[in-house]
Amino acid sequence: MTPKKKGSSAKEQDPAMVRVDRSADAGKVDQSTPLVPIIRTEDLSVSYGDFQAVEDVNLDFGKNEITALIGPSGCGKSTVLRSLNRMNDLIPTARVSGSVHYHGADLYSEKIDPIQVRRHIGMVFQKPNPFPKSIYDNIAYGPRVTDMKVDNMDDHVEQTLRRAALWDEVKDKLKNSAIGLSGGQQQRLCIARAIATNPDVLLMDEPCSALDPVATLRIEELMIELRENYSIIIVTHNMQQAARVSDRTAFFTVSIDEDSGDRTGRLVEFGATSHIFIDPSDKRTEDYISGRFG
Amino acid sequence: MATSKRTTMAVDAAKATTQKLYKSGVDIKGELFRAVLLLSIIVAVGMLGSLIAYVIWRGWDRLDWNLFVNNPSSIFLDTAGFAPAIVGTIYVMLGVLVTVVPIGVSAAIYLEEYADRTRWYNRLVEVNIQNLAAVPSIVFGILGLAFVVRGWLNLGFVAFAGSLTLAMMVLPTVIIASREAIRAVPPLIRQASYGLGATRWQTIRHNVLPAATPGIITGTILAMSRAIGETAPLLLVGATTFVLFTPESPFEGAYSAIPVQIFQWAARPQDEFRILAAAGAIVLLVLLLAMNSVAIWIRARLTKDT
Ligand SMILES: Nc1ncnc2c1ncn2[C@@H]1O[C@H](COP(=O)(O)OP(=O)(O)OP(=O)(O)O)[C@@H](O)[C@H]1O
Ligand SMILES: [Mg+2]
Repeated sequence: MTPKKKGSSAKEQDPAMVRVDRSADAGKVDQSTPLVPIIRTEDLSVSYGDFQAVEDVNLDFGKNEITALIGPSGCGKSTVLRSLNRMNDLIPTARVSGSVHYHGADLYSEKIDPIQVRRHIGMVFQKPNPFPKSIYDNIAYGPRVTDMKVDNMDDHVEQTLRRAALWDEVKDKLKNSAIGLSGGQQQRLCIARAIATNPDVLLMDEPCSALDPVATLRIEELMIELRENYSIIIVTHNMQQAARVSDRTAFFTVSIDEDSGDRTGRLVEFGATSHIFIDPSDKRTEDYISGRFG
Repeated sequence: MATSKRTTMAVDAAKATTQKLYKSGVDIKGELFRAVLLLSIIVAVGMLGSLIAYVIWRGWDRLDWNLFVNNPSSIFLDTAGFAPAIVGTIYVMLGVLVTVVPIGVSAAIYLEEYADRTRWYNRLVEVNIQNLAAVPSIVFGILGLAFVVRGWLNLGFVAFAGSLTLAMMVLPTVIIASREAIRAVPPLIRQASYGLGATRWQTIRHNVLPAATPGIITGTILAMSRAIGETAPLLLVGATTFVLFTPESPFEGAYSAIPVQIFQWAARPQDEFRILAAAGAIVLLVLLLAMNSVAIWIRARLTKDT
C-alpha cells in the first residue's frame, strides 16, 4: 500500500481519467490523507428475510469527501447505502445488524428516530423522482415537513436552487410542475430538494444512470461543488464516474459460498480512489475495474 | 432483350417471395370468431338500447315540469309528480356520501399504509371486505332494519336510515377503489418523501392522498351510482310508503326514493301510472349516466396527466 501522488499521476496512467480535466480537484485525497469519518459502519450486515444480502461491512465515510461504492450488480451497494439513513426500514423484510455510527450515535439503537436520521442524511435516487408539484413546492417540501426554521421561504428556495446550480434554468418557472423539466434537470432538482433541509450527508444511488453524458457531467460538477459543505456517498456502475468524482472508493463483490451456494455481498477493498484505480491491492478489484469481471 | 438464365431465376425467386406477402384466401376461423364477437356486442347494446328506447317512448310525454315539482297523487294523474322521491333520493345520497367517504378512505389508508399483513386480524379484514362486496343488497336491507331502524341506532324509518343501509352496502366498493388508487401512487414518490425526513402521516397527507384523489373520487361516484338505483334494501328500511309529502329532513318524516317510487307506480294496473314510472326511469337513467360520465371524465383526466 504505497501512498500515491494525487491527480497528475492518475491522469497519465488511467485511460479512464485522461479525458477529464477535473480529476485534479476530484482526487484531492490520497492514501496518506487522514480520513475524518462522518459515518462509520461496524460489522454491518443486512438480510432480507432468510437471504443474507451483505455481511460484515466495516467502512469509514470521510467528512467533506465523496465516497464511491462500486461493484457488480447484486453485491449490495444499494443495500448498504439504504442502511446508512434507515431507508431500509421501509422494506418490511429487511433486517440490519451491526452498527452505523454518526455523530457519536448508533443509528440503529433503540433511541434513534429514523425520521430524524433522514433529516440529517439525505438521499437521491436512481430515477429522478420529483413530486408532481411545482418546482418551488418540491424544494419547500423538506423544510416544511421538518418544521425547519426558515426566515423567508422564497429566499431559501432561491439559495437552494443556486447551490444546486439550477436557479438560472428554472427561476422563471418556479410555479410550473417539476414534471415538465428534462430528466437531467429533474435529477438536479432532486439533489436541490435533498439539500434544502441542510443535511450534512448526501446518499446518491446511481444518480446519473438515467441521464445522458452531458447531464451526467453537470451532476458530477455539482457533486464536486457540494463536497465543500456536504459529505457525499455515491453508488455508481460507471468506473469513469467513480474515478472522476470520488475521493475514496469502496469495492464490493458477491461471494458465493461453495457449499450452500449462497450469494453474499462483501466489502473487498477500500482506499483512496487514486490508489484503488491504479494500484489495487486485491486481484478482484483490479479485474473488476479493468473490465475483466462483473 | 435476352435474359440470362440466372436473371430469370432471380426474378422467379423475387416473385415467389412477393407472392408470400399477398393474402392467401380468407381466414375462415378468424372471420367466424369476429362475427361471433360482433353478434354478442349487437345483442348487448341492442338490449340496452331497446330498453332505453322503450322507456323514453313510454315516458316522454310525462317528462314535464310537473314531474319534478308535484307530489304523487292517485287523483290528478296527469299532473302527479316525483317531488318527494327526488328530495328523498337527495337526502339519502347525501347521507351516503358523508358517511362512506371518510370511513371508506380511512379504512383504505389503514389497510394500505399501516396494516401489517402478517397479522391474522388484518388478513381477516381484507378477506371480509372482498366478501362483503359480493353480499346481496337485500341482506344489507335486513341489517339496516335490525340495527339502524330498530336495535342499536333506533333511528326509525327516516331517510338517514336508508343512507346508512346503502352506505354499508357500497362501503366495500369505496374501500377497494380507494385502496387501488392509493396503491397506484408510485413507490418512488413515497421514497422521496420519506427520504426527506417526512413522517408517514405527512407522506400520506401531502403525496399519497393528493395523487390518489382522482381515483378515490371515481370509485366513490361509481359506488354512489350503484346506491342511487337500489330499491330492495330501501324497501326494508322504510321507503315503502306511498309518500305524499317531502320529508322534513333526513332525520324525520317518512321518505321515498326515485327507484322505490318507480317500483310503486309500475306495480299499479292503470296505464297513467306506468307512464309515470317510465318518466321516472328516464330521470334515474339520466342521473346515472351523468354520474358515470363524470367518473369517466375524471379518470380520463387522471391518465392524461401522468
Ligand atoms: N427489497 C428486497 N427484498 C429482497 N431482496 C432484496 C431486496 N433488495 C435487494 N435485494 C437483494 O439483495 C442483494 C443486494 O441488492 P442491492 O440492490 O443492494 O444490490 P446492488 O449492488 O445495489 O445492485 P445493482 O448494482 O444492480 O443496483 C441482491 O441479491 C438483491 O436481490
Ligand atoms: Mg443498486
